[in-house]
Amino acid sequence: MDETFAGSLLASTLRASTPLVLCALAGTFSERAGVIDLGLEGKLLATAFATAAVGVATGSLALALLAALAVGVALSMLHGYGCVSHPGDQVVMGMAITMTAAGLTVVLGMAWFGQGGQTPPLPQALRLQPWFADLGALLEKLPLAGTTLALGLTGHPLPVYAALLAVAGAWWLLFRTRFGLRLRAAGENPAMVEAAGVSVKGLRYRALALNGVLVSMAGAYLVTGLSPAFVPQMSAGRGYMALAAMIFGKWHPAGALGACLLFGFLDALSIRLQGMPLPAALGGGAVPVQAIQALPYLLTVVLLAGFIGRARAPKALGQPYAKERRA
Amino acid sequence: MASSASGQVALPGWIELALLPVFNVGIALLVAGVVVRAIGLDPLQVFGLLVEGAFGSRAGVSYTLYYATTFVFTGLAVAVAWHAGLFNIGGEGQATMGGLGAALVGLGLGSQLPAALLLPLMVLSAMLFGLAWAAVPGALQAWRGSHVVITTIMFNFLAAALIVYLLVGVLKDPAGMAPESRALGAAAQVPGMHQLLGVLGLDWPQTPLNATALLALAALAGVHVFLWHTRGGYALRATGLAPQAALYGGIAPRRQVLVAMGLAGALAGLVGINEVAGVHHRLLQDFAAGAGFAGIAVSLIGRNHPAGIAAAALLFGALHQGGAELVFEVPGFSREMVLTLQGLIVLFAGAMATVATPLFLRLHALARRAGRSRGAP
Repeated sequence: MDETFAGSLLASTLRASTPLVLCALAGTFSERAGVIDLGLEGKLLATAFATAAVGVATGSLALALLAALAVGVALSMLHGYGCVSHPGDQVVMGMAITMTAAGLTVVLGMAWFGQGGQTPPLPQALRLQPWFADLGALLEKLPLAGTTLALGLTGHPLPVYAALLAVAGAWWLLFRTRFGLRLRAAGENPAMVEAAGVSVKGLRYRALALNGVLVSMAGAYLVTGLSPAFVPQMSAGRGYMALAAMIFGKWHPAGALGACLLFGFLDALSIRLQGMPLPAALGGGAVPVQAIQALPYLLTVVLLAGFIGRARAPKALGQPYAKERRA
Repeated sequence: MASSASGQVALPGWIELALLPVFNVGIALLVAGVVVRAIGLDPLQVFGLLVEGAFGSRAGVSYTLYYATTFVFTGLAVAVAWHAGLFNIGGEGQATMGGLGAALVGLGLGSQLPAALLLPLMVLSAMLFGLAWAAVPGALQAWRGSHVVITTIMFNFLAAALIVYLLVGVLKDPAGMAPESRALGAAAQVPGMHQLLGVLGLDWPQTPLNATALLALAALAGVHVFLWHTRGGYALRATGLAPQAALYGGIAPRRQVLVAMGLAGALAGLVGINEVAGVHHRLLQDFAAGAGFAGIAVSLIGRNHPAGIAAAALLFGALHQGGAELVFEVPGFSREMVLTLQGLIVLFAGAMATVATPLFLRLHALARRAGRSRGAP
């Protein structure tokens, strides 16, 4: 394998992993607090659309990001209103958000831009600039894998690096702060949290707020970093794949990062291997790209089945918590 | 977890089962109306045209019933699992596999067998493929504790990948460019309703509505009889209501989980008969087209009961047909408006169904108090 190929594979792995990482962290926060989030896919789509629509209309990156943030957090709060304030079914809520977003983004997109649901390409001011481009020249001089590292690690837009930082931040918040301890307790044993005088509802709402912020970043990245415009259903199952990565990473930020990088790598690999012949030893023929694309889902099922280690969900996951009342 | 929506509330049956769902669907319609208004259309005009498109002509009614047939199968697939305490989000993948099962038999034996033998075999194969695709997540839930919601989602993606792999590979029509299979022979095509009615001497326009609709009616009746009038149905529902009590009563909950998922998958697999053998007459990549997810909405509004599912499937059939007509009649209207409304219905009649309950409890208590004071001497 030559260095340019390895470098570009590493680069596209990182870029493809970024929205997955952000969504998987979003899922980790809400699920650690006891709220299943099947709405990730819908939130990702809705925030991407908000970024693109406001970006095209105003030409301002700040306003576009603000719109994404508002939509993402609002959807998370809706989730909270139905399933934290009221004892609604969390799975149904997630499906509702995803279905509504899949429809509404196209309806509004067609009404506002009239291009079959697409937005026009985002103006140049909203395209994210490459970072650490100068560092690439330095890395290139390294022996052995210099070119690979330079091509693979530098010159990405900011969210790629921010997502990696967010993993560290999420780990610190969840496992090294009092807030994180309480948040995780709300997902394991909410009655105990309440007995200690801490509001389970408050914790779950705050987890959902963090969830909304992280999803907004992922959605905004889709249209400013990955693709030049909003296209209907452009989230393309990334929300569900992030959910799978979160489970694969055993509800831990570092584990989720590992799973997202693996899934991102498989995605990048399948695109590169499209139409390439198999080695003669494997019978020639075209590489079964679909098999590579299906691998993340298959691996997650195998993991869930307990055949490669054990994935244990937070104990109170999916259960609405109602404070006991004095009769 | 799916059963958490019911319980503790003491409202009379007619409010709980009829008024509340209608109220919640009404809210969803209202919000959809606001969206329609926001994109510059007249909600009342759109609604009127939608009803006319769905029921205004014999062809319109036929299309509505054709869509409803598919939604009956996917709705029942959600409901049967729900009664065993499971949430089946895998209807989409199970339907896809059902289509594959039907197509394999239809393509493989199409030239050897007469329709009278071939069609039942295709139905059986579609059900078996759907059953198998749902039984794996069911078994993993029962014996390995893998959450069926997550595994069925994964199986949807696996089914989608498999069907694409087959349709660009071995099953691809060598004569065409598109990823679709060869056309099914005449014997492997389910007769259209216009043909059946033609035999009876009735003149009916040619539409996608086919004999599978009768199968949907049989499925509705069959599920009702099974769930409420047989031992097996009792065991299944007991498992959903109280697994511990069921175990104490001599029912093996694990087996019931497998039975429920298998039955759900078999029902969803019948979508393959309606779409592949009944309409497209070849295996397409995305013939299920979200019907599996629509089934969640159908089952939710239908309160997981066959009668309710029949009504909800008709509602969704009408929405899909009316929506398709509207695209031609109203510039600026997109089919996705129907998907939006579907999502809003799941939101208000499903996820937030309990939000309105306290309001109705208060109103009910007020009404009773008023009734009592009026009745007092």
